[in-house]
Amino acid sequence: MKKKIATVSLAGCFGCHMSLLDIDERILDLLKVAEFDKTPLNDLKKFTTRCDIGLVEGGCCNEENVHTLQEFRKNCDVLVAVGACAIMGGLPVMRNAIMNAVDPLRECLEEAYMNSSSVYNSTNDIPNDPALPLILDKVYNCSEVVKIDYQIPGCPPSGDTLWQTLNALIRGVPADLPYELIRYD
Amino acid sequence: MNPVVYKACRDFDYDGTRVLDILREVQSGLGCISGETMEMLAKELSTHRVEIEGLVSFYSFFSEKPKGKIAIRLCDDIIDRFAGVSKVAKVFSDELGIEMGKTSPDGIFSLEYTPCIGMSDQAPSALINQTVVTKLTPQSARTIARKLKKNPETSELLTRKGDGNNACLQINAMVKNNIRVRGEVLLCEGIPAEAGLKKALKRKEDAVIQEIRASGLRGRGGAGFSTGLKWDLARRETARERYVICNADEGEPGTFKDRVLLTERTDLMFEGMTIAARAIGSRKGILYVRAEYTYLLPYLEHVLKKRRKRGLLGRNIAGKKGFAFDIRIQLGAGAYICGEESSLISSCEGLRGEPKNRPPFPAEKGFLGYPTIVNNVETFCCAARILDGGAPWFAGIGTDESAGTKLLSVAGDCARPGIYEVPFGIEVSEVLDMAGADDPAIVQIGGASGDMIGRTAFHKKICYEDLPTGGSFMTFNSTRNVLGIVDYFLEFFIHESCGYCTPCRVGNVFLRERIQKIKSGLAEEADLHYLIELSNTIMMTSRCGLGHTSPRPVLSSIAHFPIVYASLTRELTDGRQASFDIQKALEESRRIAKRQSMIYDPIYGESTD
Repeated sequence: MKKKIATVSLAGCFGCHMSLLDIDERILDLLKVAEFDKTPLNDLKKFTTRCDIGLVEGGCCNEENVHTLQEFRKNCDVLVAVGACAIMGGLPVMRNAIMNAVDPLRECLEEAYMNSSSVYNSTNDIPNDPALPLILDKVYNCSEVVKIDYQIPGCPPSGDTLWQTLNALIRGVPADLPYELIRYD
Repeated sequence: MNPVVYKACRDFDYDGTRVLDILREVQSGLGCISGETMEMLAKELSTHRVEIEGLVSFYSFFSEKPKGKIAIRLCDDIIDRFAGVSKVAKVFSDELGIEMGKTSPDGIFSLEYTPCIGMSDQAPSALINQTVVTKLTPQSARTIARKLKKNPETSELLTRKGDGNNACLQINAMVKNNIRVRGEVLLCEGIPAEAGLKKALKRKEDAVIQEIRASGLRGRGGAGFSTGLKWDLARRETARERYVICNADEGEPGTFKDRVLLTERTDLMFEGMTIAARAIGSRKGILYVRAEYTYLLPYLEHVLKKRRKRGLLGRNIAGKKGFAFDIRIQLGAGAYICGEESSLISSCEGLRGEPKNRPPFPAEKGFLGYPTIVNNVETFCCAARILDGGAPWFAGIGTDESAGTKLLSVAGDCARPGIYEVPFGIEVSEVLDMAGADDPAIVQIGGASGDMIGRTAFHKKICYEDLPTGGSFMTFNSTRNVLGIVDYFLEFFIHESCGYCTPCRVGNVFLRERIQKIKSGLAEEADLHYLIELSNTIMMTSRCGLGHTSPRPVLSSIAHFPIVYASLTRELTDGRQASFDIQKALEESRRIAKRQSMIYDPIYGESTD
C-alpha cells in the first residue's frame, strides 16, 4: 500500500512547497512508495481519502486557514508543521505587534490598504467581498489551533530536510537530520 | 544648569560609581528624571545619556515622567492581595480622583502598585513617599487620603507608633516588629554588646575564619553557601582592596526578617561586618539597603555615627592597632534582582542591577574587581554571635548540615504572623501550629522562588537538606486558589526579570500563559509536560538565580497538588486545541466587515447590523 500524502499552504508564501520540489528527480522515487492526495501540486481541492501524512505550510490568518487546518487534522494521521510560519507565525505574525492598539484589526487593515506609503488606493476602500474569508483577530500558529505531531523548522526547510523527513515518516523510523540540515546561521 | 542636578553631582563628588545616589537625589528633587536632565547628568558625569537612561528605566523608583509630590505605592504582594489591597486601592483612587498608575493633573499625587515592600505581617500596607503605613482598611485609607488632600505632607500620617526601635526618634514609624518567638542566637534578650568583635580582635585572622567554618554557618539569604569558605576564598586572593557587603535588599515576597534585624539588631549586624572585615582584611564595607526601607536610613546612619564615635569603626578599631574599617550605606532603587549578589554588586557600582558572569565569583573578583564577600544581614548577625558563643555552641543547634537558628517571616492566613526564630530542622506543621494557622492548605516556603507544598508535606523539615528557605514562610488556607498563587508569582518574575537573558525574559511569560490556560480549564495533560519541560530549560539555561528558581512554584505545585491540576485538565479526542476560540477570533472581523462568517456562522447572508 502506498502512503498517502496531503499538503497545503495556509498563511505562507509557497516557499516551503517550492522547497519540496527541490527534491528534484527524487520525486520519482517518492512516488514509488507514496501518492499525493489533496495538494496544490495536483490541484485536488478536497480530500478523496484519509491520508497518512499531512504537511502544513503557513499559520492561520483567516477563517479559511483555520477551517482547512481543522480538515487536515481530521483527515491526516500525522500532521507536520513545515517552516517558520506554520511553527511560529513567521512574517504574517508581525501584525500581532499592534494588538495593543485600541482597534487593532482596523488599524492593521487601514495600514495595509490605505495609509502605507506604497499604497495607491484612490477610493480608500478596504476589500470586503463576501467571497473573501474573514481575517482573524491575530495570526495564530498551527499548534495554537490543532495538535501538531512534528515541526520542521526553516524558512524554508531545504529540499533535503523535507526529503529526509518524508523518508522517515514513510518508513516509520526516526528522521536522520544531521546538523547541516537544521542549522540556520 | 539645574541647581538640583549640580548639587547632586557635587554631593557625590562626580563619582561614576555613585550614580544611583545622584539619581535618587535628582528624582526626589525634581520629581522625575527627564530626557533633558539625563543629558545634563551625562555631561556632568562624563558619560553618555544612554547610560543614565539605562539606569532610569531599570530601577522602578526612578521615572522619566513626573511622579507626584506624594507618591503612594501600594504593596501588591500576594499576601496583601488576599488581605484586600484592591479595596484599599479603590478608596485611594476614588478619593484622590486618579487611576492606578497615574499622576494627578496638579502633580501632587501619584498612585501605583509596587511589589512586596517587606510588611507582609501587617498587610495591606503602602509606602507614601518614604513613610510606611500598615494594616490598611478602606476606612483608614479614606482618612489618609483626606488628610493628604488637606495637607500634602507625610509627617502627619503617623496615627500610632510601632514597637521597639520603630518608636525611636530616628525611625518614628508605625511598623511593628511582631517578634513572636525569640531563639537563643539572634533575638534573645541580653546579647553582650561587641563581645564577638572583642574576641575576634584577640585572635588571628585565620582563627576567626576557622571558627566560622567550624560552626557550620551557611548563608541565610537562601542559597546556603558556607560562610567560612566564602570568607576564606576572599582572604586568599591577592589584592590591594577587599570589600565586605551586607545584603539588606530583602526583596523576596513575604520576607521581612531583615527589616526586624535592621531595626533591632543593628549593632550586631555592623559588628558581624566588622568581624568579617577583620577576617578577610577589608577596609571598606557597604550596607546595601532596599529602597523600600529608606525609612530606616536615618537610624542606620545614626548607629554608624555612634559606632565611629565609640571607636568601633574607623581607624584602630577597639584599640587594635592598624585595623581600619568603615561602612557606607548604599540605597537601592527598587529592583528585586539586586538581591542576587552579583546584581547587587553591579548596583553598588552604579550600574544597572544586572547579574555578572560567573566565574569569577565575587569572592575572587567582585566590587570594582576586588575580592568581595556578600552576606545576608542575618548571616553577619550569626557570625558575631558565633565569635562570642563559640563554634561548638552554634553547631549544636539545628541539624547536621544546617547549624543554628533561622528567622522565619511567617505571613498569610494565620492568627499570629511575624518573626519566629526557630532551630533548623523544625517541621512545617510545628511552625503552622505556633502561628495559629487553623486551616492551612498551602505553604509557600522560601518566597516566590521557593517551593509550594500541601498538607501531605507538612511533616517536612525546614533546613538546607530538606526544605531550604531564605526566611519567607507564607501560609494559605483552603479557600485560596493554588493556580492563582502560582500565576501571581509568575507575574512577579516577569516584572522583575532584568531581561538580559532570553530563557528568563521570555520563558517566564510562556510559563504564565500556560498556567492561565490551565486555570481557565482549557488545558490537556500535554500542557503539564510542556510546563515541566520549559521549567527545566529555564532553570538550566538562565544566567542568574532569578531564572534558576523562578519555575519552582510551577514545578512544586505540579508535584504537590496533582489533583488540582488533574481536575483542570482533560483529554480531547478531535485533535483541536480547546484554548482556540474561533468565535472570539472572528468577532472583530465581523464587526468591521459587517457580515458573518461563511464557514463558522450558521446562517450566511444576513448583515450583523
